[in-house]
Amino acid sequence: MSTADDESVGMDYLESFPRKFLRVYLPLLLIIFFLLFPFYWMAVATFKPDAEMYDYEKYNPFWIVNPTLEHIKKLFFDTDYPLWMWNTVIVSVSSTFISLFASVCAAYAIERLRYKGSRYVGLAIFLGYLVPPSILFIPLAAIVFQLGLFDGNLALILTYPTFLIPFCTWLLMGYFRTIPYELEECALIDGATRLQILIKITLPLSLPGVISAGIFAFTLSWNEFIYALTFISSSENKTIPVGAITELVNGDVYHWGALMAAALTGSVPVVILYSFFVEYYVSAMTGAVKE
Amino acid sequence: MAVMAESAVAQVKRSSMWTRAFESRNFLGAMFMVPAIAILILFLAYPLALGFWLGMTDTKIGGAGRYIGFQNFVSLSKDSVFWLSVFNTIFYTVAASLVKFAIGLYLALLLNERLPFKSMVRAIVLLPFVVPTVLSAIAFWWIYDSQFSIISWVLIKAGLITRYIDFLGDPWNARWSVVAANIWRGVPFVAITLLAGLQTISPSLYEAANLDGATNMQRFRHITLPMLSPIIAVVMTFSVLMTFTDFQLIYTITRGGPINATHLMATLSFQRAITGGNLGEGAAISNAMIPFLVAAILLSFFGLQRSRWQQGGRD
Repeated sequence: MSTADDESVGMDYLESFPRKFLRVYLPLLLIIFFLLFPFYWMAVATFKPDAEMYDYEKYNPFWIVNPTLEHIKKLFFDTDYPLWMWNTVIVSVSSTFISLFASVCAAYAIERLRYKGSRYVGLAIFLGYLVPPSILFIPLAAIVFQLGLFDGNLALILTYPTFLIPFCTWLLMGYFRTIPYELEECALIDGATRLQILIKITLPLSLPGVISAGIFAFTLSWNEFIYALTFISSSENKTIPVGAITELVNGDVYHWGALMAAALTGSVPVVILYSFFVEYYVSAMTGAVKE
Repeated sequence: MAVMAESAVAQVKRSSMWTRAFESRNFLGAMFMVPAIAILILFLAYPLALGFWLGMTDTKIGGAGRYIGFQNFVSLSKDSVFWLSVFNTIFYTVAASLVKFAIGLYLALLLNERLPFKSMVRAIVLLPFVVPTVLSAIAFWWIYDSQFSIISWVLIKAGLITRYIDFLGDPWNARWSVVAANIWRGVPFVAITLLAGLQTISPSLYEAANLDGATNMQRFRHITLPMLSPIIAVVMTFSVLMTFTDFQLIYTITRGGPINATHLMATLSFQRAITGGNLGEGAAISNAMIPFLVAAILLSFFGLQRSRWQQGGRD
């Protein structure tokens, strides 16, 4: 990202604080309030006992009078939630690593080996990025069933790369392009093989790109819903988003406390990971769009 | 001796063939492409083609179908629920995308100001995009609850309304409610990517405009917008694609109800294909989405080319 970080203050000093408050800070605060409120609401409902949750007259809905862990306890011990969490972790980690491996190889070949037709393959992979899962899930369900993968983690581990590989390859191609070709030429003269060059020169130099792609791919697979909903049927094989939405609603009885606890605890791992790698995440998101 | 020498020669020959193969960029390139191409062909290209075929058959779950030509499309063209879902999808996409663009651009401009804790603010703004959509949609579901909606409660306490709003029970309320949830989730993506674009605009352009006495509005109109237009084209294409094919929000918040008022084409195809078991019909609905997607992609592609050319880049 080439940021034109403006040290030049421009005309900013002419603006008084109250004016800037009205023009910038107030709208910003309002938008941030709008963006964060659902999370606050999720957290409040998670720790609120049922008596307070359904009684807005006696208790102010914005506060918790007697915080409780009852919903979380119910979620962890009375449902398959720990299994869903485990499945989500397994599926996200494996599909991320499979995609990274395949994408690093593909991006290196397209960008650096420049084999015959590599331009067109690169373009085709980008087009693959634009194919949305909601038009693929029906035929994929048929394929998954035929291959005997239905209702197992493997169904998700093998299908998630379809939206991860195009994205990661495209992002990594951009990173590989920025590494000076001369470095590879030197190594070639010294007798290194292409594989050695990839592992010892290109990969270490593009590590930020690989991390960005990995983080983004991980959050995408953690978020995935439609494939998991279609290819998985038994409760113990579900992922968190699917399990929460299908197993915590008994007919017309919504277990709001448990639902919110699932939403909150299912979000926390991604948010923690994200908070450690914000810069990488943002560069992956904007990098994929930029070119 | 002779035999050994011969085999040694053969070995040298073979190894040189291998090394030559591994030095050939075409061969090596093909080898490197194998993992990615294998997965993409088996699970992306093949299903895409299979989807076209399924749309022309009467396949049910657990049974082979037979070719019936365009019969699925003919029956869909007489299906009022299908046309309702087409209308809903277009309404959902247009309404949500316009607002996402407006708020997103505004937020990007705000974030581009000099701010304290800028990177932290940016990290917070992006949260709705990071958190799994289904899980945040559950929070919206609870916010829109007919009896315990916090929005209704606040409005009643403020004296603006007298009874609880039925957010998800009334067709138009439900449509606007899911549009609002989609905007909430999409704004961060638009804002942060546009912000990245804003940061690449050289401040010297603004300084020059200042010296020429340009107003804020003029600077926005004649510097920011033209410089930003290529990235706007890409961001909005992605945003339109994601909104048009959205599934998660609707499935979580309304499941297409009340009386199909919020069914999108994606949720309807899921309902017909997986819940109802008519894979063929569902695939036909998915296929009906493709022309719209292609149109959106082409539009942005040509928009992109034009603006590149305007900036003097090579065409």
